[in-house]
Amino acid sequence: MAAVTPSIRVGPEPVDVAGEQAAACAGRSDIGAVVAFTGLCRDEGGQLAALELEHYPGMAEAEIGRIADEAVTRWPLLGLRVVHRSGRVLPGETIVLVVAASAHRAAAFEAAAFLMDFLKTRAPFWKKEHRADGSAGGWVAAKDEDDAATERWAR
Amino acid sequence: MRVVYFAWVRERVGVEEEDVDLPADVATAGDLVDWLRTRSPNHAFALEEPRAIRVAVDRVHAQPDAPLAGAREVALFPPMTGG
Repeated sequence: MAAVTPSIRVGPEPVDVAGEQAAACAGRSDIGAVVAFTGLCRDEGGQLAALELEHYPGMAEAEIGRIADEAVTRWPLLGLRVVHRSGRVLPGETIVLVVAASAHRAAAFEAAAFLMDFLKTRAPFWKKEHRADGSAGGWVAAKDEDDAATERWAR
Repeated sequence: MRVVYFAWVRERVGVEEEDVDLPADVATAGDLVDWLRTRSPNHAFALEEPRAIRVAVDRVHAQPDAPLAGAREVALFPPMTGG
């Protein structure tokens, strides 16, 4: 069975979660499990007005593609779609969406978690905060726990 | 060779990208970071903590010992915070 070709998209448009899930399943009846992970922008207790998402055009898509290609070699996926926002994102809006489809749930759950762990630490995106009180926000710092989450997939 | 910067590295250097002619003794990604640090006070400030700098060579993540021979674009940036 040929591995699926992942769909990767990076851009400023709002993310259509339902549409992406429908696209992952369109025209097939062999999918028994779809896991859709949605990462949202928090308002941090009302202190955050927006996040500015900077990315490395070209490399961002390529690096997500490399992570997705690794996922389809590890799990028997029947669909895989990744959408990542760039530019200004408001609290409540979607930053990232991973849709993983498979015949049975374990592969879809694990592949979605794998994608997110590697996206966090390998995909060239950086978040800058815009604060609600108008003061200068800073760059969001990388978290050690995200590196630890990535390392659990080593084999 | 083109050098591009992102996030706070870009802000501190003060430019998004620049074209550089590498000295013969700059052979690796790590050498490049060391050499760029000598170019201006802004570069020195941006790259003062080498462990906080990630490097991509032609849009692929690279370690400090990665060779630069033949590279067209090297990017320097802080640890990533996407997702």
